[in-house]
Amino acid sequence: MRRFNKTMTVLVFIFLYIPMLVLGVASFNSGTDVATFKSFTFSQYGNLFRDDALLTLLRNSVIIAVLASLISTVFGTMAAVGIHSMKGRMRRAVMTLTDIPMTNPDIVTGVALALLFAFTGTLLRTQSVLGFWTLLIAHITFDFPYVILNVMPKLQQMDPDLEEAALDLGCTPYQAFMKVVIHEIMPGILSGALMAFTMSLDDFVISYFVTGSSFITLPVEIYNYTKKPIQPKIYALFTLMFAVILALMVLMNFLQGRGEKEARLRPGRREARAR
Amino acid sequence: MSKELIRLTDLTMTFEDGETVLDNINLYINDQEFLTLLGPSGCGKTTTLRIIGGFLTPTSGSVLFNGNKINDVPSYQRKINTVFQRYALFPHLDVYDNIAFGLRIAKLPEKEIDDRVTDMLEIVSLRGFENRKITALSGGQQQRVAIARALVNRPQVLLLDEPLGALDLRLRKDMQNELKRIQQQMGITFIYVTHDQEEALTMSDTIVVMNKGKIQQIGTPEDIYNEPKNAFVADFIGESNILDGVMLDDFKVKFVGHVFECVDKGFQKNEPVDVVIRPEDVDIVPLEQGQLTGVVTGVTFKGVHYDTIVDFKGFKWLIQTTDYCPVDSHIGIRIEPDGIHIMHKSEYSGLYGDYSSYSAEYDEIAEVSEDAEDEE
Amino acid sequence: MLRMKNKLLASPYIVWMILFILVPLGIVFYYAFTDSITGQFTFSNLSNMGAYLPIFLRSIWLSFFASVICLLIGYPVAYYIALCPPRKQRLLELLIMLPMCMSFLLRTLAWVAILEDTGILNSFFGVFGIGPLPLIRTNGAVILGMVYNYLPYMILPLYTVIMKIDPRLVEAAADLGCRPGKVFTKVILPLSAPGILSGVTMVFVPAVSTFYISQKLGGTGTTLIGDVIESQFKTAYNPNLGAAMSLVLMVLIFLCVSIMNHFGESDSEDGMVTV
Repeated sequence: MRRFNKTMTVLVFIFLYIPMLVLGVASFNSGTDVATFKSFTFSQYGNLFRDDALLTLLRNSVIIAVLASLISTVFGTMAAVGIHSMKGRMRRAVMTLTDIPMTNPDIVTGVALALLFAFTGTLLRTQSVLGFWTLLIAHITFDFPYVILNVMPKLQQMDPDLEEAALDLGCTPYQAFMKVVIHEIMPGILSGALMAFTMSLDDFVISYFVTGSSFITLPVEIYNYTKKPIQPKIYALFTLMFAVILALMVLMNFLQGRGEKEARLRPGRREARAR
Repeated sequence: MSKELIRLTDLTMTFEDGETVLDNINLYINDQEFLTLLGPSGCGKTTTLRIIGGFLTPTSGSVLFNGNKINDVPSYQRKINTVFQRYALFPHLDVYDNIAFGLRIAKLPEKEIDDRVTDMLEIVSLRGFENRKITALSGGQQQRVAIARALVNRPQVLLLDEPLGALDLRLRKDMQNELKRIQQQMGITFIYVTHDQEEALTMSDTIVVMNKGKIQQIGTPEDIYNEPKNAFVADFIGESNILDGVMLDDFKVKFVGHVFECVDKGFQKNEPVDVVIRPEDVDIVPLEQGQLTGVVTGVTFKGVHYDTIVDFKGFKWLIQTTDYCPVDSHIGIRIEPDGIHIMHKSEYSGLYGDYSSYSAEYDEIAEVSEDAEDEE
Repeated sequence: MLRMKNKLLASPYIVWMILFILVPLGIVFYYAFTDSITGQFTFSNLSNMGAYLPIFLRSIWLSFFASVICLLIGYPVAYYIALCPPRKQRLLELLIMLPMCMSFLLRTLAWVAILEDTGILNSFFGVFGIGPLPLIRTNGAVILGMVYNYLPYMILPLYTVIMKIDPRLVEAAADLGCRPGKVFTKVILPLSAPGILSGVTMVFVPAVSTFYISQKLGGTGTTLIGDVIESQFKTAYNPNLGAAMSLVLMVLIFLCVSIMNHFGESDSEDGMVTV
């Protein structure tokens, strides 16, 4: 059975990465049709870096992603600490609230926010209310659960005595958090922030409904492009991003493995010396 | 002459779910004393400790420190430090920084911090360990770092919450001696919590025996061992045979149908009492010489002695003796007058002291199977 | 006293979520029951839903099919990864998540290029003289798109749950006489049920509400709920109808998830099914 599972896994991985291959090849294609390969060229990458409009879109996406993930990480971590102190009904209520954007399909979240903004628009008697701020608000909103759901487990796994020990040694509650707790939950904060950033960078559906014409992100514009054929520069962008993220992941994996190896080796050596 | 440092008055603690964990505790603790709160789990000893430390606010009653009421003073403002049960060392700091933590919060000059930490490492025999990571230390070493981290701040009082529980037996015994030595050397008041009565007897100046949120007895180790106040204390500390008896007169008590000479007085004539006899105080003698006779129902070799279970008219005693008496043999016993200790009857009478089994849990199982057999 | 102060930390978050999650949902409610022209309370939006019944059914059917395929394909993969050594596990985990971090639009577009009449596959078949097969603009293509995009959402929760199964339980079963097949059906499968539910939910919800996949890979015969909702907000501006559809969609999902939760338990203590 193990061999069957392994074969399936290999097949699935191939399946998952076919589009990457296709788009990667297309990025080196001098022709615009993905299906027919004309000739090998780096020119699309060159075009990419010279296309101001495209780079502006990329910049917009990054700005939103950075701002939204930053804000949601700071306030989300605070919220996680607060929720951790809650018990019973209150805690369950807040966690259900947190789960709503996760279990609701994106389209409903997007539509709901769009209606909220439209409603606010009619109240304030303005026509175009959609823009940078509505986009940011939407992103912060759906980023929050990712932060909270990453930080909470770390808080729960943390030795509860640690915070008390800090207080016992003279820390005010704020100091105890900054000097001790934060170090324990940092992996959760980082992975939550990273997840929020990634989700925001790539978000299409929710952004689509709350974006105005003044500030557009890359995914939304790509959708708009599909009335006309996609410019091959986009494939170059995609392939580049893929390479960067892949490199990051391999690096993360390597670092994680190193950290664990060290922790495993140490006690043995120490024990031997102590004897 | 030591002065009173901490006083707990009418301390009561009821939790949100309605459970009353502490019921009117009154206690005073002297300066430079090694005081142990001893009792089974759930008796309230850790709760008392946490109230003194400032981690819990009592429902009612007051905590006085040097005469000042400190109920509302948060833990980080009290001159008290704690050694936690699972050490609670900060994983992201090394040994030196863990110990220096409290001093740095107090913003002491770095030079002084260095002196104090180095001294402390010497005292707990961890010199050279400054830069070790916490995760790379053994249990005993972590224990000592935790102690150092607390003591380096020179608190007036050190709270210890079952700190030796996770260590193996030999190490535990060594650490008991270490802690006692450190306490006497530094002259700090230690308030120690444990459920291990042997540990309490070894280390303490004063023992406070607690059960179900109430103080059962306060005294020196010898007092508690030799003169337990009720059946609970008698059973909790060491092994005891506890029997129903009648105090006929001063120095005269009757139990198991025989009159014995004893050394207690001050009871009413013919008052029903609990009689405590320690297993090591019973001498095995030939049948004719015995004050009582019984049948051996079990013998276990314990190395130092034999644990011998003897049946006296339906009530099983534990006798610890170096004489081997085979099962089903009839033996006689003699008890010296000072081996008999008399206590007033209390709510705990009848609950302890019968050696049909060693634990209450096993008794329950035996009862159930007996009932099942009866039904068949 | 510390608890009280800590709990307050969550208040900015709670206020935010009420404003941007609960209130918008309320507004959706409001729009759903409001006539688009007169602004009066009406049931007509909802009663008009009847006309869309075929679309609802198609969406449910296609998503359900896609979920089942994801389960069948994903289970062996999850099982394989669960039994791998930790380092390999992490690497595989990252590699499965990597496609999810890349633009979902572009990856779907790659499948368009692959399945098109003039696309990669058909060009390949053309070499053998096999006429252009109608691969795209079919229900099959839509299901393929769903499976492709949401397969990782099935694999990851499954693998997390399978990994946590105590290996000693498997040993105990074998010890008591179960052959490998029985061990699987009697021990592993039941214990992995929470993961199965989690995975199916995480595939079904986005699949049933998608509009992009159906637009790109589907044809006129594969309109889904998401398409209709999108058109109500972007082209035929009838937010009331769109809101009503969104409401029905939410209720539908809530029902499906509740039924599934009823047959299993939630994995975490904090709220509904989470990864």
